[in-house]
Amino acid sequence: MTKLPKRRPESMGGAIVHNLPFPKVLDEASLAQLKQQQPILVEHPYQITYLHSYGQDSPWFAALSNKRLLANKDTVSGYTYATPRGHDMYSGNETVWLDITDRPARVHAFTVCHFGSEEFLPETPFVLALIEFEGVNTLLLTRLMGVDPQAADLSWIGMPVQPRFLRNSKIKPTDVYFVPKDQVEED
Amino acid sequence: MRPVYIVSGGVSKFSKTRPDKTFQAIVKEAYDYAVKDIGLDFATFTRLVDGSVASYFSDHFTRQLMAGIMVQDYLGLCPKPSHRVEGGGATGGLCFQEAWKSVASGHMDVCVAYGFETMSHVETWKGNEFIALASDVSFDYPVGGFYSGYYAMMVTRHMKEFGTTVEQMAAVSVKNHLNAYHNPYAQKRNRYTIEDVRNAPMVAWPLTRLDICVMSDGAAATILVSEEGLQRLEEAGASIRRPLVKITGIGRGTDAMRMADRPHVDYDQFMRDYATVQERDSEETRAYYRRLWDHGTRYPGVHSFRAGRTAGNMAWKMAGITDPLHELDFIELHDAYTSSEIQTYEDLGLCRYGEGGEFAVSGKAFMPGIDYGLKLPHEPVCPVNPSGGLIACGHPVGATGLMQAVFALWQLQDSIADHFRDSTLQLKGAKRGAIHSHAGTGTYVTVSVLERQD
Repeated sequence: MTKLPKRRPESMGGAIVHNLPFPKVLDEASLAQLKQQQPILVEHPYQITYLHSYGQDSPWFAALSNKRLLANKDTVSGYTYATPRGHDMYSGNETVWLDITDRPARVHAFTVCHFGSEEFLPETPFVLALIEFEGVNTLLLTRLMGVDPQAADLSWIGMPVQPRFLRNSKIKPTDVYFVPKDQVEED
Repeated sequence: MRPVYIVSGGVSKFSKTRPDKTFQAIVKEAYDYAVKDIGLDFATFTRLVDGSVASYFSDHFTRQLMAGIMVQDYLGLCPKPSHRVEGGGATGGLCFQEAWKSVASGHMDVCVAYGFETMSHVETWKGNEFIALASDVSFDYPVGGFYSGYYAMMVTRHMKEFGTTVEQMAAVSVKNHLNAYHNPYAQKRNRYTIEDVRNAPMVAWPLTRLDICVMSDGAAATILVSEEGLQRLEEAGASIRRPLVKITGIGRGTDAMRMADRPHVDYDQFMRDYATVQERDSEETRAYYRRLWDHGTRYPGVHSFRAGRTAGNMAWKMAGITDPLHELDFIELHDAYTSSEIQTYEDLGLCRYGEGGEFAVSGKAFMPGIDYGLKLPHEPVCPVNPSGGLIACGHPVGATGLMQAVFALWQLQDSIADHFRDSTLQLKGAKRGAIHSHAGTGTYVTVSVLERQD
């Protein structure tokens, strides 16, 4: 007969205890004193792997990995979205794909992030920008390279820019980024 | 809809960290204060209240799903009806309006709205990550998800479009921090100068650390009643301050999650769909806007909050307000950033689009009787954030909109001195105020008007 375990298996890990004050004797006074006790804080790391689907927007990411920048367009109104959108917000129609890789583009707004979310802290300072494209009605959020983060200036708004693509795509929106157009032509 | 009155409120101390209590117990601090302020004991109020609405933003911060019911349980409100609302930074404002709906609709006669956030359980930069998950995780977050960065982009466009300056933004910080100096509930009570704000560490150009609100642990609660509910409480021995404070206007608006998707409409559409009554009726303002559009301005773009304008217009219409600057005695405004306070001046019609920066340093939004160390050309007209706002009080997200309601109530009850032990922030004769709650990059916005019934 199989011997059934009578104890749960022990394992490493668990909480890291920062303090654990407690009276040596539990009398009425010491029990009342517990109301004055400092709170116990425990560390609890947690990590997940989440399977995220880009759904109907997936071709946009596939295009980036092939060095093309796509947009979506309502075929009736012509309203065009720089950031993918499967259905038009005004007509409700399904949109179609459009290649805007070579469209003239400019910086619409920007910032230099000197701090950031934990995930991006190692990359600071970095430049975030919203890009406007000729003949496109909405903007695209991206990273702007080739400008000095320590010399931020409002004159960057309106600057002609051009997309560049990572050679080794990560299947993220950062597979495309933008640089000043004059720099591309210099390269 | 039935008349709805706000009769009491409580706010816990907002602080960077509150490890001394669990979130339920922090809410109870605020709740107990609200109950005690109308002279009832816990058990009596529990018997009289019909239900509640719970407000908290992030399940990530609590690492606890269904935290709302845990508060309901801790407050002894089970099995009465309740639900949780969530809408980013506007969660508290939405909660307040849901409680209003519960009473206005006749579903409840006494409803308590409570909210909290405990943001100290992770490091600041992890907290920023949690908050940034309230942006599109396919297209926004992975590019550098950081709300201060999003707001900084908005304001660079505002600066380019309208000539707004960093000094004008800094004036908002000076104002709100100094107001909070007299508010014992505030997290930051400091006197700053324009130079202090500009010399603070740069977070997202051009926003410095003193242009941005801080994360906070805290809670707030408020009690809303119908006339029948008022009678029920008073018959049980409640002492409700007179004159009563009635909720006379409710407005909400929304906008696209990705600010990149916001429209850029032409002059005619702006005037038709978004302009305030005041703007439409003024030939001079129409000409002013025509010049802006001729110069290239489009609405709302990323420099303005269409949701805020929609919420404001809706609330003003319901409350019969056509000139908010002169018909409101104060506004508690969601100033997560100095820049967004300036943007919101324009959305709420305190000034015209493009004039927010000038308005910020005009003196019109400052408190009377406080020396800010600034040269202000105008006397106060409609103080904005007399409490110190989010920038100084802190922003425990689910509590914030309710905190605004409580501070507004105390202003209108003329009871600031009782609660703050300091009368500096009491606006004399305040009759009508508004509270403004704002989410995301302007995705959900609520505006509610509170009015003393003399």
